[in-house]
Amino acid sequence: MSMLKEKFAQLRQQQKTALVPFITAGDPLPEITVDLMQDLVAGGADMIELGIPFSDPMADGPVIQRASERALEYHVSLRDVLEMVSRFRQMDRETPVVLMGYLNPIEIMGYQIFAEQAAEAGVDGVLVVDLPPEEGQEFQQTLQQHGLDQIYLVAPTSTAARIERICELSGGFVYYVSVKGVTGASHLDIKSLDEKLKQIRENTDLPVGVGFGIKDAETAAAVSQVADAVVVGSALVSRVEALADQPEKIGAALRELLSNMRQAMDNAVHK
Amino acid sequence: MVTTTEKMIGNYPDERGHFGPYGGLFVSETLMDPLEELRKAYQRFMQDEAFLKELDEDLKHYVGRPSPIYHAKRWSEELNGAQIYLKREDLNHTGAHKVNNTVGQALLARHMGKTRIIAETGAGQHGVASATVAARLGLECVVYMGAVDIARQEANVYRMRLLGAEVRSVESGSKTLKDALNEAMRDWVTNVDNTFYIIGTVAGPHPYPAMVRDFQAVIGREARRQMPEQAGRQPDALVACVGGGSNAIGLFYPYLDDREVAIYGVEAAGSGLDSGQHAAPLCAGKPGVLHGNRTYLMEDKDGQIIETHSISAGLDYPGVGPEHAWLKDTGRANYVAVTDQEALAAFHDLTRIEGIIPALESSHALAYAAKLAQTMRRDQIVLVNLSGRGDKDMHTVAAQEGLKI
Repeated sequence: MSMLKEKFAQLRQQQKTALVPFITAGDPLPEITVDLMQDLVAGGADMIELGIPFSDPMADGPVIQRASERALEYHVSLRDVLEMVSRFRQMDRETPVVLMGYLNPIEIMGYQIFAEQAAEAGVDGVLVVDLPPEEGQEFQQTLQQHGLDQIYLVAPTSTAARIERICELSGGFVYYVSVKGVTGASHLDIKSLDEKLKQIRENTDLPVGVGFGIKDAETAAAVSQVADAVVVGSALVSRVEALADQPEKIGAALRELLSNMRQAMDNAVHK
Repeated sequence: MVTTTEKMIGNYPDERGHFGPYGGLFVSETLMDPLEELRKAYQRFMQDEAFLKELDEDLKHYVGRPSPIYHAKRWSEELNGAQIYLKREDLNHTGAHKVNNTVGQALLARHMGKTRIIAETGAGQHGVASATVAARLGLECVVYMGAVDIARQEANVYRMRLLGAEVRSVESGSKTLKDALNEAMRDWVTNVDNTFYIIGTVAGPHPYPAMVRDFQAVIGREARRQMPEQAGRQPDALVACVGGGSNAIGLFYPYLDDREVAIYGVEAAGSGLDSGQHAAPLCAGKPGVLHGNRTYLMEDKDGQIIETHSISAGLDYPGVGPEHAWLKDTGRANYVAVTDQEALAAFHDLTRIEGIIPALESSHALAYAAKLAQTMRRDQIVLVNLSGRGDKDMHTVAAQEGLKI
């Protein structure tokens, strides 16, 4: 059983919703990423989404784009990211790690080599933002051969036929993009979110995570009542950015932000 | 090299936008359905007689088509080689080929019921062409432009504002065309319900490379009709500059199955291909995925897109249309590069010898055509796409001579 699957099964038993923080690897300093990942776990993360820096992150808002730019000042490569995961794995064997990024750095490394090294480093799932199922067959097969889950996005614009197909192909969980727009966009509407999640669940037994637009503990708590996982990205990365000149303070700030969300989510009346 | 002898016109791209291994649809899920909606609308309207008639009327009365073909006799004489003919896209309304495409896409936008137009621009030509058609159709228009480009293309920024467009400065990344494209995509993903994104070149996700090509192919269709009337026969070679590659594909496409016509795309070698300071992904890059399609890119060993250099802002782009990538691999077209200095020399030659001031982009094509003509017989013909006029480049050229205007 994949680590993602195992983790979701465990959470379901505990009637908890997964809290999934996102940070960009290497932001603001490559040498503190592994420590920050541990801080995220200490703050209540059930799994971690780690961003692979890319020069042209078309689907991301300004906050996450600047995170990529900060990491790229140190030339953080995909190989460096895998190395970070590998070091994290030596200290934490239980928290699943999902890599999130764009296709080009993976393509230049080669699907086969990437999948091998990601599996070896202890990566559990991979989400490639600009690789829809239509173009993703070969990559998906390669990931499967190495026991890695490929996570696909479902968007508010996805048609019923697309939702069905994406659910069929997804592994680990289905990631619902809760707003039309880029990461860090405006607040989301819980009622229409609930309806869309119901539609997705008609097609799959996989857990459904929700991300894009979850800014604070209150929204996290509201989303946690309808979703299986709450992904928080820009809110955390904004903290990293604000403290980029005082990197020693970042870990505590992320822990605090996450534990507030964790508490709010756990206190919310559960579905 | 893959050599294909099959018919190329009408066979590419496939249904999902592939030109061999290139092209395709590499975007986030949110854009998949809007792109499908666009593909369907485009397919429908390109078979709709009323739509096509309206487009033809606009091209004739608003753009000023057909653009003439001009025999550059004095220049040909001086070069003492093949005869050089120029397809005069510089005489179009707004001064470049870009308007062929924006007229088409804006019409499509209106038929799709979209009320807002967005566009990205590098040199400002596509931005101006988009602002122009938006003004004419009464559509709201937002143009994304890198902060660096805004600084070096002030006159075009002012033109866009006069036309009623909002020019938004893009401060991220290298602050040039590629970043403007990222930003326009972000706008589109956010405002997809009422917004039509007019991409200015034959890149981006399917159906853009095919759609922009089809709107620009009017260049080659006219040339194929005009050349026999004017020169007694078709040219031996076609030459066009390639940034994203829309003027080039516009000329090349109708000639693809005329195998006896040689095809040359000219990239920007900047300070020289060996210097690393250039914008020549086909000559010196490798395949990868950017801006929704797989194509040749300027990238580093980690797959990060690198900054490009060219004296011509319109060629300053790290990717290239996927159809050009395919034409390169199949061997149907040849891709070469000329430096800033070679382009400048051709700029001055055409200006002084023929009284035509070309855009710096087009000057790259002219520079290569001059070299090529000198290796050919005097009774042979080279047809160059003179894709735009050089008025916008006055300050850049003056700066080369230490003048500020």
